[in-house]
Amino acid sequence: MASVSPTPVLKDELDIVIPTIRNLDFLEMWRPFFQPYHLIIVQDGDPSKTIKVPDGFDYELYNRNDINRILGPKASCISFKDSACRCFGYMVSKKKYIFTIDDDCFVAKDPSGKEINALEQHIKNLLSPSTPFFFNTLYDPYQEGADFVRGYPFSLREGVPTAVSHGLWLNIPDYDAPTQLVKPLERNTRYVDAIMTVPKGTLFPMCGMNLAFNRELIGPAMYFGLMGDGQPIGRYDDMWAGWCTKVICDHLGLGVKTGLPYIWHSKASNPFVNLKKEYKGIYWQEELIPFFQSVALPKDCATVQKCYLELSKQVKAKLGKVDDYFNKLADAMVTWIEAWDELNPSSASAEVANGPKK
Amino acid sequence: MRKPPTLLSLTIDIALLNLSHISDLSFLPDHVLLELFLRTLRAGKLTEKILKLFVATGKDEILSLISELNIQLILTPVLPTINIRDDEVDIVIGALHLDLTSFMEDWRAVFSRFHLIIVQDPDLKGDLKIPGGFSFDVYTKSDIESVVGSSSSSVVFSGYSCRYFGYLVSHKKYIISIDDDCTPAKDDKGELIDAVAQHITNLMTPATPFFFNTLYDPFRKGTDFVRGYPFSLRSGVQCGLSCGLWLNLADYDAPTQALKPGQRNSRFVDAVLTVPARAMLPVSGINIGFDRELVGPAMVPAFRLAKEGKFRWETVEDIWSGMCVKVICDHLGYGVKSGLPYVWRNERGNAVESLKKEWEGVKLMEEVVPFFQSMRLSQGAVTAEDCVIEMAAAVKERLEPLDPVFARASEAMVEWVKLWKVVTSRLSNFAA
Repeated sequence: MASVSPTPVLKDELDIVIPTIRNLDFLEMWRPFFQPYHLIIVQDGDPSKTIKVPDGFDYELYNRNDINRILGPKASCISFKDSACRCFGYMVSKKKYIFTIDDDCFVAKDPSGKEINALEQHIKNLLSPSTPFFFNTLYDPYQEGADFVRGYPFSLREGVPTAVSHGLWLNIPDYDAPTQLVKPLERNTRYVDAIMTVPKGTLFPMCGMNLAFNRELIGPAMYFGLMGDGQPIGRYDDMWAGWCTKVICDHLGLGVKTGLPYIWHSKASNPFVNLKKEYKGIYWQEELIPFFQSVALPKDCATVQKCYLELSKQVKAKLGKVDDYFNKLADAMVTWIEAWDELNPSSASAEVANGPKK
Repeated sequence: MRKPPTLLSLTIDIALLNLSHISDLSFLPDHVLLELFLRTLRAGKLTEKILKLFVATGKDEILSLISELNIQLILTPVLPTINIRDDEVDIVIGALHLDLTSFMEDWRAVFSRFHLIIVQDPDLKGDLKIPGGFSFDVYTKSDIESVVGSSSSSVVFSGYSCRYFGYLVSHKKYIISIDDDCTPAKDDKGELIDAVAQHITNLMTPATPFFFNTLYDPFRKGTDFVRGYPFSLRSGVQCGLSCGLWLNLADYDAPTQALKPGQRNSRFVDAVLTVPARAMLPVSGINIGFDRELVGPAMVPAFRLAKEGKFRWETVEDIWSGMCVKVICDHLGYGVKSGLPYVWRNERGNAVESLKKEWEGVKLMEEVVPFFQSMRLSQGAVTAEDCVIEMAAAVKERLEPLDPVFARASEAMVEWVKLWKVVTSRLSNFAA
């Protein structure tokens, strides 16, 4: 524990998934950090448009035509005209880890002025354990210069594998439309130098702008739902994935971290457009949260897929009456798992090492 | 034919248009000033800044017109969620050292506004040295005995537990307590941290235990609830306990301290967050604040290690009372916050020496944590006192078979509630 080993680059084990509708100019700023890695670009919107990828990057690009071709009828589960389409990238990746970032997110600087390598921090987060069963008041005990505090049981100090690393944003914070309307000028300037595990049994709003996860541990749970074109709701894709993921992580004994790294979020979306998209979500949320807080997954659900399918059954049973949308969503969740297993045959029967925790 | 405008009226038109750029009106002749004022009123352009401009001219006609028309400057004060007065706070210091001079001097700027309760460790022989200029009460062994009785009570106020006596006899709403080997720390901008003010802020702003906000405390300036945070949960609940942190010597146990003797905490994490409901945490008594009315009875001095000593890593009394408070807050719907403020914790003691004694605490934690994590209180327990009694019964039933220290803990919890009721009613009779 005395020496600090260099962070493994994981360049052959990690894919960077980027949804885009405009262009990928932002990659220029990230070049020193991203260039060693393979990119999966999911092009949303008009497939006849050509997205230019800056030279020197190794990538595969999928537009709507590709998605339809690869998934056939199952393509219905992938959202159209919404960044939720990015989850197609998770499905089609063959790597162990995924890092996903929005195309309006740039390299941030820490308080000393140094540029933050967000990817490196996410990798550190994913490769060190999480501590969901007891809150450490000094935050991440595995960080340099920190440790478990007095009173922290030794039997819990090994931690559990980390499935998700949720990063944050400087400049434009991830506010909902009502908050954006009330505080259009608020900028997040506070750099909080901490990473922490979200405790077991606690839900949180998972933002997809700056997110990394262990695809082998939790990939099938990262379905970003039915949003955008033809759907009654938008801007809840990552929220939905986050609640499903957290419930399943809690059940399987996996950890979810939040905090560092920060990226610089440059673009504030139009709050009026956002309000229209979020409107239903703001009301439905009030039903969704109690649903997720009280979800119980049976002990024999020992894989992510089984957990997710069980979850889809409960969504249909309990949320179908909130709105018919949830019936469609439950069906889409099943389609997603079918498509995932089709594209990832070896993981279909893999049991998670730890099994369900009591 | 319409009369053409006069030169004066045209000038006043232009002046009105450019009023915001004018910084001085005192050179204007009286009749022009008056005309300008009336036109400003009619145009609806009388802002606070412009009113001040007119008042600054000192011209009587303008001033009398202002008072005749009852034009007033309305100040909109920024009201905090709750307003905590200085006289609602007691600072409780457990004195484990006789000479408190440097400690008090270091904290003077922060402490001098408040009333202090200083409790001398009954095992500490001699007289306390306290500098002047503070408002305080000192309680010694004899005071403790006169309240508690000198017969062996299961509630023991020695060592770090002496401060609980201060909690008992205080009649203020808020208590802030800091170990006597801590001094004010500096934040990441090099400014001295007012730990008391930060604890007060934590206690007076709502807590949000039912859903985790990824930008931490949403009530802090410059931040808010993030997208996806349910609106029905945004008003938050009352905060019962505020747990601060430590720079320099962090609150590690003896094994960790012995393993990493050179490690110092230099990471200033600029956040306060609510520890979510049902998540347990190790509460360190080194730097805390709490709402005595809400959770006072739950701050129980009940868990004493057989060889408990005078160094923090030889105790777990605060870990026990902290978990009691957390379970009770979760049950009663109050919040517990952790994070800022930081204090600077100074060196003392030899962790390796303490290792010889500490193993007992370490071993017992393994039983204690699962107990608290699974503790559920009945619907009938609606006050902190009720909750403590129920918990005491559960401790006796489930933990006593494991180690006699738990039997003593259970008795102490019951005894504490009795003491609390007696002392509190005595104080309120006195005050009435």
